[in-house]
Amino acid sequence: MADLKALYQEVILDHSKNPRNFHKLEPADRTALGRNPLCGDQFTVYLRMDGDRIAEIGFEGQGCAISKSSASMMTQAVKGKTEDEAEDLFDRFHDLVTGKGADPESLGKLAVFQGVSEFPIRVKCASLSWHTLKAALEAKGTVSLE
Amino acid sequence: MASKTKLLMNVEKIRQDFPILSRTTRGKPLVYLDSAATSQKPKAVIDSVSDFFSRYNANVHRAIYELGEEATREYEGAREKVAQFIHARSPNEVAFTKSTTESLNTIAYGWGIKGKLREGDEIVSTVMEHHSNHVPWFFVQDAKGVKMKWVGMTDDGALRMDEYDDLITKRTKVVTVTQCSNVLGTINPVQEIAKRAHEVGAICVVDGAQSVPHIAVDVQKIDCDFLAFSGHKMLGPTGIGVLYGKEERLQEMEPLMGGGEMIREVHLGTAKWNDVPFKFEGGTPNMAGAIGLGVAVDYLNGIGMDSVRQHEMELTEYALDALNGVQGFHGFGLSDVSRRGGVISFTLGDVHPHDIASILDVEGIAIRSGHHCAQPLMERLNVPATARASFYVYNTHEEVDRLVAGLRKVLDVFA
Repeated sequence: MADLKALYQEVILDHSKNPRNFHKLEPADRTALGRNPLCGDQFTVYLRMDGDRIAEIGFEGQGCAISKSSASMMTQAVKGKTEDEAEDLFDRFHDLVTGKGADPESLGKLAVFQGVSEFPIRVKCASLSWHTLKAALEAKGTVSLE
Repeated sequence: MASKTKLLMNVEKIRQDFPILSRTTRGKPLVYLDSAATSQKPKAVIDSVSDFFSRYNANVHRAIYELGEEATREYEGAREKVAQFIHARSPNEVAFTKSTTESLNTIAYGWGIKGKLREGDEIVSTVMEHHSNHVPWFFVQDAKGVKMKWVGMTDDGALRMDEYDDLITKRTKVVTVTQCSNVLGTINPVQEIAKRAHEVGAICVVDGAQSVPHIAVDVQKIDCDFLAFSGHKMLGPTGIGVLYGKEERLQEMEPLMGGGEMIREVHLGTAKWNDVPFKFEGGTPNMAGAIGLGVAVDYLNGIGMDSVRQHEMELTEYALDALNGVQGFHGFGLSDVSRRGGVISFTLGDVHPHDIASILDVEGIAIRSGHHCAQPLMERLNVPATARASFYVYNTHEEVDRLVAGLRKVLDVFA
C-alpha cells in the first residue's frame, strides 16, 4: 500500500513552504523555462556560471508541493557542481523517482524523493525543475513535459 | 453523517450493477468521483460488448450471411435507441463517431472548412468550452479567414447572455456552445442560444458531452443544428461517440473521412457519397461500441433521466453544503444546483490541486486535478488548475462524506 508519508515527508513539505534560492538571478548567464502543461506548473531556472561550474542558481515559478520542493532541493544540491556532475546527479535522481534502483545513499538529502516512485504520475512533478536545469545548461530556453 | 433526504432511486442497488465499484484502490474501497472524465460501466454494457464478439461478430452492412444480418440489426438498433434518447426525428440524424471530439471535428471540417463559410463570416463561441470545442473551430478560422468571438461569463460561472446581443450579428454563421461546462457544471440555456443563432440565419452547434449523460436532452426542443456527445461518459464503452445533425444539415455537409461504407460508388478519381448518416461512417465502425452504447441508453432509460438528474442535484447540494464547511475550500460555479450539473471544481487554501488529488488517492478517492482541457476558462478564473469531483448515478452521500474527510486530511498534511 502506498504511504502518504513517504510522498509528503517533512523535508519536502518544508521546502515547498519555504523554498530555498527562490529568486531571480540578475544578471544570469543562462536561464530556461520549464512547463508541465498537464497541471500548469512552471518554473524558470537561472544560472550564473564559473567556467563549467554552477556558481549561483535561483528559480521562480509555481507548482505543486512535489515540484516546488524538488526545485528548491535541486538548487542546493547542484550549486558548486560542474555541468557533468549536475547531469550525472539528475540521471541518478531520475532513476530514484522512477524506481530504477538508484542508491538513495548516493543522493544525500535528495533521497527523500524515493516515495515518488510509488506514484508514477508524479514523476514529472519531481523532475520538472531538473529538466529545466538541463535545458538551461544546454541553452535550450524552454522545455515542456508532455 | 448519512443522507439527509431520501433518494428517489435505489443507489445501493445500482452500485451492484457496476463491478468496478467493489474493488479497492490503495487498499481502500474505491470512491470514484471522476465521472465527468469517464463514467464506470454497468455489467449489462460490459456483457453486451463481450456478447458481440462471442456470438455475432461480423462486419455490418456488408456480410451476406446470418451473422452479418444480426450484427447489422443490433448496430442499427443501437442507432435507433440513441436517436430516441435525444428525440431526433429519425435515426438518419445519428452518425456514430469515435467521440465528441471526432463529432465536433467532423462538423467544423464538413460544415466549416469544406462548407459555405467565407472570409468575413463569424463564429460565436464561449470562454467555457472544452478544448475539443475550441480547437476544431481554430482550424476553420485559420483555413477560411473567419473571425471568432467568445461570449464571456460572470464571476460565479454563468454565461453573459447579454453579450450575445452584441456578438451575434448578420455576419455570424455558427454559434457553438457547451450545454454543460465540464469545469463549472454550469448548464447553459442552449434553447435560447439556438433561437438567437437562427434569428440571424446561423447554425447552432451544441457540445453535449457533459449534458447528455446527466440530463434529459431533446434536440427538437433545443432546435440545435448539431449535437456532439460521447458514449464513455454515459455508461457506454470508450471509442464510440455520436454526431447528431438535422438531416438537411448532414446532407449539405462533406464527410471528414473517406473510405469503405461511406460511399455509394467509386471510380478511378471520383466518388459519390452514401446517404446520411452512413457517409460519416467511413471504415468499419466500432460495432461493439455502438451496441454497448445502446445498452447504456437502455440502462439510463431504466432509471429515468429525471431521476438521474434529481439524484445528482440532491447529491451536489449535499456536497456543496459539506464542502463549504471545510476550511480553505473555494468552489467554482453557481450555487443554485438547478442550474448546474454534478461537477464541483475547487481549490483548497494554497494547496496545489495535484497534491490534493494525490492525498485523496491514498485515501482511495479518485478525483481529477489540472486544467480539465479548458485552459481559456482557467485563465478566466485566474487559476492554473483546480481539483474536480464529479458525480453520477452510483455516487452516494457516504462517498461525499469520505471526500470531505479526505480534504481534512489534506489540510492536516499541509498544516
